[in-house]
Amino acid sequence: MSVLARYRSLTESGVLGLNKRNGDYIMRFNPRRLYPLVDDKLKTKQLAIKAGIAVPALYGVIETQHDIRRLEEMVAGHREFVLKPAHGSSGDGIIVIAGRSGSRYRTINGTLLDTEFINHHLSNAISGQFSLGGIQDTVIVEAMVHFSPHFESLSFEGVPDVRVIVFRGIPVMSMVRLPTRLSHGKANLHQGAVGAGVDIATGTTLGGVMSGQVIDTHPDTGVVIAGLTIPDWDTMLDISARCYELTGMGYIGVDIVLDRDLGPLVLELNARPGLAIQIANQQGLLRRLEICEEAADFAAAPAERIVFAKKHFAHPVGPVLEPGDVAGQIG
Amino acid sequence: MRNRQLYILASLLAVAGLSIFLFKYQTLGFPVQADAETQVWNVEAAVNFEPGPASVKVTLQIPSLTPGFTLLDESFVSRGFGLSTHNTTNGREAQWAVREADGPQTVYYRALVYRDPAKATEDSTPPFPEIPEFDEPSRIAVDGLIAEVRRQSADVASFTSELLRHIDNAGSDPYVRLFLSDTSSPTAKAQLATRILAAAQIPARVSHGVFLKEQTGAARTVPLLEVHDGVEWLYFDPVTRAQGWPQDFLVWWRGNGPIADVDGGVDVDVALAVQRSVLNSLEVAERRMDSMGSQAFDFSLFSLPITTQAVYSVLVMIPIGALVIVLLRNFVGIKTFGTFMPVLVALAFRETRLLWGIVLFAVIVALGLLIRFYLERLRLLLVPRLTCVLTVVVILMAGISVLSQRLDLQPGLSIALFPMVIIAMTIERMSIVWEERGASEALQEGIGSLVVAALTYVVMGIPWLSHLIFVFPELLLVVLAVTLLTGRYTGYRLLELKRFRSFGKPADPAGSPP
Repeated sequence: MSVLARYRSLTESGVLGLNKRNGDYIMRFNPRRLYPLVDDKLKTKQLAIKAGIAVPALYGVIETQHDIRRLEEMVAGHREFVLKPAHGSSGDGIIVIAGRSGSRYRTINGTLLDTEFINHHLSNAISGQFSLGGIQDTVIVEAMVHFSPHFESLSFEGVPDVRVIVFRGIPVMSMVRLPTRLSHGKANLHQGAVGAGVDIATGTTLGGVMSGQVIDTHPDTGVVIAGLTIPDWDTMLDISARCYELTGMGYIGVDIVLDRDLGPLVLELNARPGLAIQIANQQGLLRRLEICEEAADFAAAPAERIVFAKKHFAHPVGPVLEPGDVAGQIG
Repeated sequence: MRNRQLYILASLLAVAGLSIFLFKYQTLGFPVQADAETQVWNVEAAVNFEPGPASVKVTLQIPSLTPGFTLLDESFVSRGFGLSTHNTTNGREAQWAVREADGPQTVYYRALVYRDPAKATEDSTPPFPEIPEFDEPSRIAVDGLIAEVRRQSADVASFTSELLRHIDNAGSDPYVRLFLSDTSSPTAKAQLATRILAAAQIPARVSHGVFLKEQTGAARTVPLLEVHDGVEWLYFDPVTRAQGWPQDFLVWWRGNGPIADVDGGVDVDVALAVQRSVLNSLEVAERRMDSMGSQAFDFSLFSLPITTQAVYSVLVMIPIGALVIVLLRNFVGIKTFGTFMPVLVALAFRETRLLWGIVLFAVIVALGLLIRFYLERLRLLLVPRLTCVLTVVVILMAGISVLSQRLDLQPGLSIALFPMVIIAMTIERMSIVWEERGASEALQEGIGSLVVAALTYVVMGIPWLSHLIFVFPELLLVVLAVTLLTGRYTGYRLLELKRFRSFGKPADPAGSPP
């Protein structure tokens, strides 16, 4: 296909490009002054707690090198916990501790870490190794999510999470990110996790994508990806929609995990959500954003906005490009 | 709305930049090409004479209005003479004077002229001439000649042409015979023509000049008849009667007088010489600015000391390099470490040249990475670790320089210009990406940075481009305008076409990828 033809076909599919995302959506709807609310996961967490949106429990905050010594005391009584830099991006710098072995900590995938390593890691994180621009950072100590067995057949180690793109309060597109051996248990698409589109209307998974390629089955477990219904889907839609009121940001990605006991929990918000979700859904975001701008009432209550989303964004939105493509079979 | 403002701003900037550029190029004659040379002519008049016993005063007509040419520079050379120049009704004259002189004397006038198409005739409309006085028989002849020529002509041009034909046949023409013989000089013919034209109420004058062409020996002055038809000056060769401005003709003086006049001297001889040479166009423009009293040069980068100029010749290219980065990042979609890191690396490549630059850069970053990975095991805090990497980078650079000196490899020495802080940051960033996202992503971004730096270096090194930007820095306004416009490009990036290639394609039936 020639460059021009490809360009045109992307336009026809309503694919959102980086330049357009940055220039026409992020710059327009995400005011600079609100960024700290999303970039600082601690602030997001505190806001969410205030608004009654479920998040993993906060055990403590490490703000200074001095605080590192207090870690032991913060996690006293918790065998499992997560260390997360408040300004980290794309999962960098997160350590998930699932237990202990003598004086050492055992991570979720079995590696034993001694206190010295943990302390060094924390001190790096505080100095800003994982934050954008290397600014001073804080580390959140929070509860580990016990992920729901629902996704067990579709993930290799790690915690799968659901990403919902919320445009001015309306959930427009969603995917579930499934960790693989390649991604070392991280739910991060560019590290090799599988992304599977989720139908906004029903909460059922569509086909999957890994490293930019369309796939049918999970590479490690061999289970068919499509057709899985995500539990508590309505709750997920509800908390994503409410994240708009939480921050005032018009174009965000909401990352939600499903806890075995607590149900959907908001992990973090992202003011610059990636575009790979379009590949996972085999659908362009731009078309959906335009539908919102034409028809939606952004001032409506979250429940009404979800009704709008379910009505307009039932899969597939717009023409299906080729008969028999992944998306078509499921829809 | 926002976009309209942007377009207006961008077009204003572009128009401003381009119009200053055009003005400097067209009117001031700044060269758009590096090493452009302008052909200039050295013309020289040497007045030789034998002084008399008393004071001597030499008057030489010198060029003033020179259609088609611009006077760049002139000089007066004499020994012991006082010099003054005056404007006269016919142009300009130089006057040398001395109380007493001994033996044959020579005074020189030298001028540097160059062809300037922009320089049109600047003469204004002359007043109608007074009818010259002729004695009775001459007046009758003149009246008869005018009557006959008028009968055979329609306008000033044909009148002049017809008149010249009569004058040219001096021997056989009943009227003209009275004033001239067949052997009269072209100058005499032209002068007669002006008198008769004056009698017919047509302003006319004789100009004398030289043809600027390479010639050995003395140049001859040639008369040219200039006739004003009420609107513009018309030019006639009094001998061939050809109308129009002759090619390569430099007007030296106008009027009926001689080129030089020596008061108190004898054996006057004026030798003219013409010599062609070339001058750097930039120099011509500069000298011209001086002679015009224009301050364009004083407010250009050329007014700076040479060393500062050298710095700016690099600095003005940085926006161009940055523009290349904008294009590569926002239109192509190449990832780099740090936004403008490739520009700085490209600047360093100027000294090392491209191939060596890439090799040295890769070596330093690779060695730096190794050491950075080792430092990681020591668990240093962030800032001390960065400082360690920086120190190691400097040591590595010094080591490479010393080693290459030993091996007689010149390029290794130029490594000293590498932006070490930037390299240290690059190593740090790369090692983090390496650890967090894997080697392939780190290498990809590293190679991307290097490719972008190389392209930036190539573009910033285009000789005509750097000349253009340095001579016409106002073009940076155009660069600014283009950058503003690219800032609102919201289309796809080239690499996104590849990234979203799976759109609309069915799943691979063979199953999952490895």
